[in-house]
Amino acid sequence: MKKELICIICPRGCTLTVDTDKQPVEVIGNACSKGEVYGRDEVMNPTRTVTSIVRVANREDTMVSVKTSCPVPKDKIFNTMEAIRNVSVNAPVRIGDVIIHDIFGADVIATKDVL
Amino acid sequence: MIEHDIVIIGGGPAGMAAAIAAYDSGARDVVILDREPELGGILRQCIHNGFGLHKLGRELTGPEYAAIYRDQVLERGIKVYYETMVTSFTPNKVVTAQNREGILKIQSKAIILAMGCRERSRGALNISGTRPAGVYSAGTAQKLVNCEGYAVGKKVVILGSGDIGLIMARRMSLEGAKVEAVCEIMPYSGGLTRNIVQCLEDFNIPLYLDTTVAEIHGKDRVEGVTIAKVDENRRIIDETRRYIECDTLLLSVGLIPENELTSSAGISINPITNGAFVDENRQTETEGVFACGNVLQVHDLVDYVSDEAEIAGKSAAAYVKGELNASATIPTVAGNGVRYVLPQRVNKDAEGDVSLFLRVTKPFGKVRFTVKSGVNVLATAVRLKAAPGEMEKLVLKHEKLTLVSDAITVELEEI
Repeated sequence: MKKELICIICPRGCTLTVDTDKQPVEVIGNACSKGEVYGRDEVMNPTRTVTSIVRVANREDTMVSVKTSCPVPKDKIFNTMEAIRNVSVNAPVRIGDVIIHDIFGADVIATKDVL
Repeated sequence: MIEHDIVIIGGGPAGMAAAIAAYDSGARDVVILDREPELGGILRQCIHNGFGLHKLGRELTGPEYAAIYRDQVLERGIKVYYETMVTSFTPNKVVTAQNREGILKIQSKAIILAMGCRERSRGALNISGTRPAGVYSAGTAQKLVNCEGYAVGKKVVILGSGDIGLIMARRMSLEGAKVEAVCEIMPYSGGLTRNIVQCLEDFNIPLYLDTTVAEIHGKDRVEGVTIAKVDENRRIIDETRRYIECDTLLLSVGLIPENELTSSAGISINPITNGAFVDENRQTETEGVFACGNVLQVHDLVDYVSDEAEIAGKSAAAYVKGELNASATIPTVAGNGVRYVLPQRVNKDAEGDVSLFLRVTKPFGKVRFTVKSGVNVLATAVRLKAAPGEMEKLVLKHEKLTLVSDAITVELEEI
C-alpha cells in the first residue's frame, strides 16, 4: 500500500510516498536521510515530541517550559500531557534537568533555566 | 549622556546574534537594551520545537535556542540593560531609553535595530460585533499560556493560518481546549506545511480556507462567532454565514515590524516589508544605523534571523572602525512572481557573496528563479515548490557582481 504524506522534520516539508508493500518499506521524495526515517516511522509507528510547561512551585507566577527528550508514540500524546499537568518543580531548574523519568520511552526535561 | 560604540535595540534572537558577531569582529563596547527582565525576546514564549535545524543542526525549542545565544552574550561580558525601553533615537545616533533608574541617554557610533514585531489587532481588522472578553491575539494567548500558566479558553476559534495560529491550535488542544476551527481568508495557508500536519491534522482541527470571521457575539464573554466564506476580492459572501459556538477567538492575522522608533528617526519604511530599506550590510538609509531580524522583514525561521543579525553585527563593527564599504549601490527589483527582494540595494563592490532573500506572490509548483542584471544572468535556482509563507534565499556569487549594470532583478518562471 502506498501512502503519501508530508515530512515534518524540517520546514522544507518534502512530500513523501511510502510503500509498505515493499520489503524493506520504501520511502521516496525525501531530500535527506532524516526524511526517509520519518516516512517509515510515520506509517509504521508514528511518534511526536511533546512540549509543554510545568509550574515552578517556589516562584510566583513562574512556569518552566519542558519537552520529551525523544518522541513518544502519537497515541500517547494526551497521556503524556496528563502526566506533565500533574507535576510541579522547584527552582533552581536548568535546561536538561529531568522533571519526569521514563514516560512512554522518554524523559520530560526542562528547556529553560529558572534560577 | 553616556557613550557606547554600538547600541543594539532588542535582546531577542536578532539582537543577541548581532551583539555576538559585533564583538567577535573586534567591537568591545557593545550594549543591548531590552524591555524584558531576560534576554531571548519572543523565543521565551515559543516553547515548541523546530528551532535551529538549519543553523545548529539540532531541533531545539525556542527557549533552548535563546539560551545558547544568551550564554554567548554573557560569556563575552557584553553589557545588557534589562527592563529598559528605548523611547527614541536620533539620526545622529543618540538613543534615549527609560528604566527603573530613570532616563538613559546614550551617544552611540552605530545602532542596530532588532525590535522584532507586534501583532495586527482586531481593531485593525474591523471585525463587527460586540466587544466581549475572550478575544486575544495568538501571541498574547501564547504568552499567557506558556509563561504565566493561564488557560485562556475552553472552546476556541482561530482566525489566521499563519504559524502562530497553527502553533496555538496545537497548544490549546494539548491543554484540553476544543479548537473548533482555523479560518484563513486566503485560498491557501500562510504557515509552514509541517505545521499544517503537526498542528491541525494531528488534532483533526478543520482548516477553512477563503473564510473569515464576520462577527463576534457575546456580552461579557465571547459566546460564538459568525464565520463566512469570502469571494476573490476577500469580501464576505452573506449566504455563507454560519455560527460557531465558542468562548475564545484567537487572531493570527499578521505581524507588523515594530518600526515606530525607526520612522521617528526619519528613516523611511518599505510598505511591502514594513521594514527599513537596507543594503547587503543591513545598513539603512541612515549611515551607521543597521537593521536585522523581524524588524527588518518578517522571518519564518529563526535560523535566518541569526544569519541576518550576524551580517548586521559584523557590518556595525566595521562601520565603527571606519572600514565599512558602502559605495555605488544597485537597486534590487522584484520581477515576475516575486513580492519583494531584500536587501533592496547592493553595493557594487560588496565583499563576498551576497544572499538575496525573497518571498513569492502566491503558491507555485516547480519554479526556476533567475537573478539578472540587464542581459546578464547572475544566478539561477530551481525549487520544487515555492510559497509566500516560506522565505527563499538565493546566493549571488561575488564574482558575478562584475556583471551587474544598473539593477538586479529577481524573477521566477514556472517549469
